[in-house]
Amino acid sequence: MLNVGKIEEGYVLDHIQAGRAMLIYHHLGLDKVDWTVAIIKNARSNAMGRKDILKVECPVDSLNLDVLAFIDPNITVNVIRGGEIMEKKKVELPKELVNVIRCTNPRCITSVETSLPHIFYLADPNRRIYRCKYCDEKYQEISDR
Amino acid sequence: MKKRDLLTPLDFSKEELDELFDRADDIRQHPEKYAHACEGKKMATCFFEPSTRTRLSHETAMLNLGGKVMGFPSGSVSSATKGETVADTARVISCFADIMVIRHPKEGAAAVAAHYASIPVINAGDGGHQHPTQTLTDLLTIRSLRGSLDNFTIGLCGDLKFGRTVHSLINALVRYENVRFVFISPEELKVPDYITDMLNDKGIPYEECIRLEDVIPKLDILYMTRVQKERFFNEEDYVRLKDFYVLNKAKLKRAKPDMYILHPLPRVNEIAADVDDDPRAAYFKQVQYGVYVREALILKLLNIDVDKL
Repeated sequence: MLNVGKIEEGYVLDHIQAGRAMLIYHHLGLDKVDWTVAIIKNARSNAMGRKDILKVECPVDSLNLDVLAFIDPNITVNVIRGGEIMEKKKVELPKELVNVIRCTNPRCITSVETSLPHIFYLADPNRRIYRCKYCDEKYQEISDR
Repeated sequence: MKKRDLLTPLDFSKEELDELFDRADDIRQHPEKYAHACEGKKMATCFFEPSTRTRLSHETAMLNLGGKVMGFPSGSVSSATKGETVADTARVISCFADIMVIRHPKEGAAAVAAHYASIPVINAGDGGHQHPTQTLTDLLTIRSLRGSLDNFTIGLCGDLKFGRTVHSLINALVRYENVRFVFISPEELKVPDYITDMLNDKGIPYEECIRLEDVIPKLDILYMTRVQKERFFNEEDYVRLKDFYVLNKAKLKRAKPDMYILHPLPRVNEIAADVDDDPRAAYFKQVQYGVYVREALILKLLNIDVDKL
């Protein structure tokens, strides 16, 4: 059994679908900061079989967690203060994603004007569909294409 | 007051559209009242790809209102050839003109222009994405001919897969009461799933069929579009199906005496010339309505109230 120490202040992102922790690591920009981060892959889970966990030691409210629900709607966010879980919350789909995903429509203005931010809006919360703000093209993960 | 733009046909509420169409009707009936409404105002028509009809319609609208027009008719004569971005063009044009009309081959270009311009922006077509002033034209034409945008059956015929005017018109018409849709197209050019999903979600009735003859008797409006040969996978299918989507006098015999025929134009051969003299042929009237609705749109975006002048 692998033991990872407690954190005093920060977040524990639990119930991440196994294999997606690194994706979240990059989307949250954790590769660009010097906080202590533990990435636990393929941990045993009664409910999920296998899951990933991310522990981030950082000032609370310093992470933009909007993107989490987009990547994996089942993630649980544990907010840690003084070494204790102060809040446990489920994530919600953000209304807008800015520079998180890129529009791949070759007819979109973003394909030629590369300085434009890539903005997607939540078009259908039930079907979890995001569309490009410029061309309305539906975002599809590479694995869905 | 925050500036308004027209980027998609749904940018205006139903009530705002009613006001716009009432204004267009008044312009049609009393053009002299509006002849000086835009005196001292300038409109820039920025066409990064050529479209003579759309550009001239906007320019005619502004000239009818007593305003002035300037611009460029294609991207090859603009600073875009030097690599200027749409954002910068929009900022620069904002220093010259009071209102900007943009056509661009890339989807979403008008939204970018609207974001960076300090003046109202009209989307005159952004690639295959939106062409809202065509939709306003279609709606005004139907309302003027039928007296209302409620309670009728519209047949949309031809290329329903790639035709942006068709998609925009459907999206606009679902906001009205009791509009029934009949989609007439070859299998290869059927209306996309996201449109039928939307109609199913809203519980709006529609039917899909392959032959125009089969459904023409039930239509109140027939909206024709062009079926392009290059859209087909093989020549054989094109040859087999193309005549299904040509409207001629013989097919028109089965239509209601008060069914109107619309077409966004240019027409190639999908409406035979012998239909042009039929009183139900409304596609050239549609062009005229396009000027009225663009006049009303310019007044609305410039916040000009003619009754207070």
